[in-house]
Amino acid sequence: MKYQSLNGEITALENINLHVKKGEFISIVGPSGCGKSTLLSLIAGLILPTSGKILLNGKMVTGTSNEVGYMLQRDHLFDWRNILGNALLGLEIRNSLNEESKQYVVELLKTYGLYEFKDKYPNQLSGGMRQRVALIRTLATKPDILLLDEAFSALDYQTRLAVSEDIYSIIKKEKKTAILVTHDIAESISMADRVVVLSRRPGTIKNIYEIKLSCENRTPLSCRDAPEFRYYFNKIWKELDVHV
Amino acid sequence: MSDTQLQTISKEHAEYLRKVKIRKTMIHITQVLLVVVLFILWEIAGRLKIIDSFITSQPSRIARTLANLYREGQLFRHIFITCAETVTGFILGTLAGTIIAIILWWSDFLARVLEPHLVILNSLPKIALGPIFIVWIGAGPLSIIVMAIAVSVIVTILEVWNGFISVDPDKIKLVKTFGAKKWQILTKVVLPSAFPTIISALKINVGLSWVGVIVGEFLVSKAGLGYLIVYGGQVFQLDLVMTSVIILAVAAALMYQGVVYLEKLIMRSSFHK
Repeated sequence: MKYQSLNGEITALENINLHVKKGEFISIVGPSGCGKSTLLSLIAGLILPTSGKILLNGKMVTGTSNEVGYMLQRDHLFDWRNILGNALLGLEIRNSLNEESKQYVVELLKTYGLYEFKDKYPNQLSGGMRQRVALIRTLATKPDILLLDEAFSALDYQTRLAVSEDIYSIIKKEKKTAILVTHDIAESISMADRVVVLSRRPGTIKNIYEIKLSCENRTPLSCRDAPEFRYYFNKIWKELDVHV
Repeated sequence: MSDTQLQTISKEHAEYLRKVKIRKTMIHITQVLLVVVLFILWEIAGRLKIIDSFITSQPSRIARTLANLYREGQLFRHIFITCAETVTGFILGTLAGTIIAIILWWSDFLARVLEPHLVILNSLPKIALGPIFIVWIGAGPLSIIVMAIAVSVIVTILEVWNGFISVDPDKIKLVKTFGAKKWQILTKVVLPSAFPTIISALKINVGLSWVGVIVGEFLVSKAGLGYLIVYGGQVFQLDLVMTSVIILAVAAALMYQGVVYLEKLIMRSSFHK
């Protein structure tokens, strides 16, 4: 993937070859500016690759599709819509808002404890709840793959731990495939089945770590106690090769 | 404040609330007093011949002029004409400005092309265009309305367009991930988030429309408050001029309050704070 600008050409990503299995949770870490977000934009079909192909369920990505749901850094709930209105945004834009899809969203809100807030406005909700609404807004269009673009980094640390726990359990419960981009090594290990480490720009895949942790009932918080956690952390830290 | 509320709040807090309330009332009283005292001094100075009320007028003479105008059935006619012209100019100027801003947002190319021209037009005193409008459109209310539009439209375009382009790009990215078309980006994100900007443009426009209308009336009209002011000046009837200026101030203030009220109404219905 190359970006064009007046100052020249920037190669953001190069030689990326990655397979993601259904139901898998992948984390992508890498130094700032290595093209992590570009990779997500490519998968989402927001931009098209200069060369190469992205296949989704065997079909080539040529634009945005409803198989992919994207979560941004901040929740970006619209202040002028109530919670239900926000959750229905994607369906409205896709022109697929009907009784059935609305019922699905209402069920999601009920399942995740937000139904009683459906007529409230975003500024009346806590940061964690807002992020949960953002996830439901993404789930509403029934995507197979969720792309999380540093989806927790705008939250303070405590909220962040709680929210990632929360979102993780929802994603697992809904059996979605997820790709998380983050610069938080601990977060990447705690949530993912595999961690992809990208190199400095032009980003290439440096290494892929299979995360195998010896803990039962794995959740992002509990696996931070696993003995292997530190091992992976140090490995990835060295791999990232950060210099100040 | 109800009794139950008084019981639940502490003495210190009640005291604090009382002070805040007193202060607020004092500010209101002083605001009114300022005007009243000014008028009284004006009247006294006129009676004692400290100032020449032939050229400064005085409140009692203004009141008499007002009564005369009313008796002749002229008062409300003049007020109505000017207000109608202003409201028309204001609504058309705001609408046209917003629509053009939408077009500029839609086509970045067009926006880049027109930007320097808009900036120049914005710094041009629109009043200089008055004679052109009169020649083209004729000496009538239409010219006055066009004048009011000319004064407000460019500012509206620039303000609203700025509001549009400063919408958080991530919000636009969000709806794009849902596959939003350009018109959906406009209606779902850009317009609602630029809404406060549009309202503040409205507030500026009220004032500008008055400027446009009064200048227009100075130039061509046969009726209206601007006409009364010019006419009064020409025949050296300062009573008439002062009366018209005061009516104008009241009318302009009322209209501004109207927009503020409208803003509150819309904000409340769409935000439920």
